[in-house]
Amino acid sequence: MFDTIAKMRKMGVLGMNARNVAYIARYNPRHLFPLVDDKLKTKEAARKYGIRVPELYGVIRYTGDLKNLGALLSPLDGFAIKPLRGSGGKGIIIISGREGENFLKPSGKVVTLPEIRRDISNILSGVYSLGGRPDTAVVESLVRGLPYLLNYSFEGLPDIRVIVFKGYPILAMMRCPTRRSDGKANLHQGAVGVGIDICDGHAIRAVRKDYLVDKHPDTGVDFSDLQIPDWDEILLLSAKCYDMTGLGYIGCDFVVDENRGPMILELNARPGLAVQIANGIGLKTRLELVEGLGNLELHPEERVALIKEKLRCRD
Amino acid sequence: MSPKGQVYLFAILFAVAGLCLTAYKAHFLHFPLLPDEKRQVWSVEAKLTFNARGGPVKVDLALPEDQQQYRVLDEVFASAGYGFSIQEETLRRALWTRQEARGPQTLYYKLEVTQHLDEQANPVEPPEAPTPPVWTPVERVAALSLIESARRLSADDLSFAQQLLQMLTDQHMAQDAQLLFAASEDPSRAQLAIQLLAEAGIPARMIRGIYLENRLYNQRPEELIEVYGGERWVIFNPITATEGIPKNFYMWQRGGRSMLDVIGGYNSQVRFSVLSNDISAKAVALQELQSESVALIDFNIYSLPIDKQTIFKMLLLVPIGALVVVIFRVLVGLKTSGTFMPVLIALAFIQTQLLPGIAILVTLVGVGLWIRSYLSKLDLLMVARLAAVVITVVILMAGFSILSYKLGLDQVMTITFFPMIIIAWTIERMSIVWEEDGPKEVLRQGTGSLVVAVIAYLVMTNRYVEHLTYNFPEILLIELGIIMVLGQYTGYRLTELKRFRFLIDK
Repeated sequence: MFDTIAKMRKMGVLGMNARNVAYIARYNPRHLFPLVDDKLKTKEAARKYGIRVPELYGVIRYTGDLKNLGALLSPLDGFAIKPLRGSGGKGIIIISGREGENFLKPSGKVVTLPEIRRDISNILSGVYSLGGRPDTAVVESLVRGLPYLLNYSFEGLPDIRVIVFKGYPILAMMRCPTRRSDGKANLHQGAVGVGIDICDGHAIRAVRKDYLVDKHPDTGVDFSDLQIPDWDEILLLSAKCYDMTGLGYIGCDFVVDENRGPMILELNARPGLAVQIANGIGLKTRLELVEGLGNLELHPEERVALIKEKLRCRD
Repeated sequence: MSPKGQVYLFAILFAVAGLCLTAYKAHFLHFPLLPDEKRQVWSVEAKLTFNARGGPVKVDLALPEDQQQYRVLDEVFASAGYGFSIQEETLRRALWTRQEARGPQTLYYKLEVTQHLDEQANPVEPPEAPTPPVWTPVERVAALSLIESARRLSADDLSFAQQLLQMLTDQHMAQDAQLLFAASEDPSRAQLAIQLLAEAGIPARMIRGIYLENRLYNQRPEELIEVYGGERWVIFNPITATEGIPKNFYMWQRGGRSMLDVIGGYNSQVRFSVLSNDISAKAVALQELQSESVALIDFNIYSLPIDKQTIFKMLLLVPIGALVVVIFRVLVGLKTSGTFMPVLIALAFIQTQLLPGIAILVTLVGVGLWIRSYLSKLDLLMVARLAAVVITVVILMAGFSILSYKLGLDQVMTITFFPMIIIAWTIERMSIVWEEDGPKEVLRQGTGSLVVAVIAYLVMTNRYVEHLTYNFPEILLIELGIIMVLGQYTGYRLTELKRFRFLIDK
């Protein structure tokens, strides 16, 4: 056991306790949390900083608003309904098409308007919000994933998580839903985590649960060729998230839209630790690298350049 | 100071304060550190009997004082029809008075004493030189002769006293001693020895007391004498002429005049009965402290009514449960549904016993989940649905109780101790987890919560833990200190060793 601990230390593996005490508590001031926990505020701030986010179609605050739901949804082909203060992708309803009056989920399942209304009512009563507070539902445009990246996913949209520390992107991974994960991008539910090289956006390795994989278990596409498109833009956007939120330690979730390019789906002030497993790199090595730089007050572009230099990227 | 330093400073401060208070209570106030520590308590009953002549009666009894080895816990005076008061001039005496009494009278005085190990030496003031007794000429010759022969065999006052006592106790008593015994009205060896010592100019006094032996009834007071040997008082047993206090001897009266004076009565006597009890050491400690005002005790849960105390007994266990939860979440990394839900479940287990408790809980949550899965199809608002779950839980509890009562299973009746709001909330969360992450996750979190609850239960019902938390609430400070330090722990959790094992293997 002590041997394991020593090895983990040597690799710079960040544990949950250290993350909570040494990073989240120290670098993320509590009063800034609503900016990332509340998606409307995130959208508002993102717009100011010129960061693309999915388009907002409507906001449902009260149960009474549900009467107008039909009118709001009828012109839409595809959309996503999310709890404003939800986390971890919980409670999200994704509609990718229509079948007459009814709606189609990405899995092909047909849902009716009353069913959607019920799910929204759940969101409003706070089932998915942190702490069970009454919540608001947000209807936004559906991201049409880049077909190239969709190859690496079963049903759901693969997203790219970048860990940003003090404005420097330090680790990244792509999370690919599988049949087992039920179209969700959560690694513990069986999605594949692909470590992404900060330098150029190519895949380092792919991990599912506790073992390395070469190919996507459902689509059979080889991960070793994976190269995230618009990688430099993603890096820049993630660096900007720091200026936008003021939070020192965040996870930025990106998706790459077919037409609009990379956009921010969600920010997370308590990003998980699975990114270490996907990359085979301990977070602490990178966190300490950035802490060693001191407070330089650089622009996002300069920070990206500096971290690349520090990571000895070949350009 | 850095936040980390402050945490450690306060944690150490709290822990030290808690430890000191605990040690103080254990050592100086004699609170037992271990449960079931017993101390022997002697109940002594003094029974005063006399015949009243028909006029006013005044009864005067010497009362015991606190002394080196024993301590009085409680006193009771039973005196029907008598006025009663305690006089505390030089020595404590009880005074019963009555305008008119006739025929046999009985008065009682009861006290409880316990052995006390405080070895504080009594302050010694040199007594005044004794006044020589009045003898008849014959007695005087005999007394002087005895004193003379004792002097020859002794070196100082104490050895003189011992020699004198030996002469008085000798089987083949010297003629002089026999003469003195015959002449005195009250043939008490102790009294005679004191008179002889006074004649020789040595201060001495009488000690009356009893032997503390279980189930001893109708004991007469025994006499010892105490001789002043220049700088200290030394006790002699006049019967055996040996030095020191006999074992189990309880000194009732030290010096002073007679033990019992009755005015307006005759044939007065006092007899003692002794009964020994083993009483929990805590009760003794508390009784000892009743008279003294100790802030630690005054502002303590002991000052609350008994029924409130039992509630506190439970409340004081909650921090222990919380500590278990903190350890499991921070050090082990076990997932539980609801942070402190396991503590509440553990509290319920205390009432229901472990195995019936687990069975009831699993059934309750299981049936609740099943009903909840139907409710989720009815499109209710969350608060209404939660309320519906609460009502379902109440109905289930009532149903189980009635059913089990009919079946003769008393254990299930304790179902009401489960906090129903918490159960309802648990059902609600579990059912959401079920919908979101599948039954496997429900099982995982459910098992985690149950494991933590069971361990919290086992710790909380540990005899020593129960005893310590209740009797030493100061331990809360120690717990606070430990929890603060744990709150700073940035090392790996036990489960992370498994989670990241894959990382280091590659």
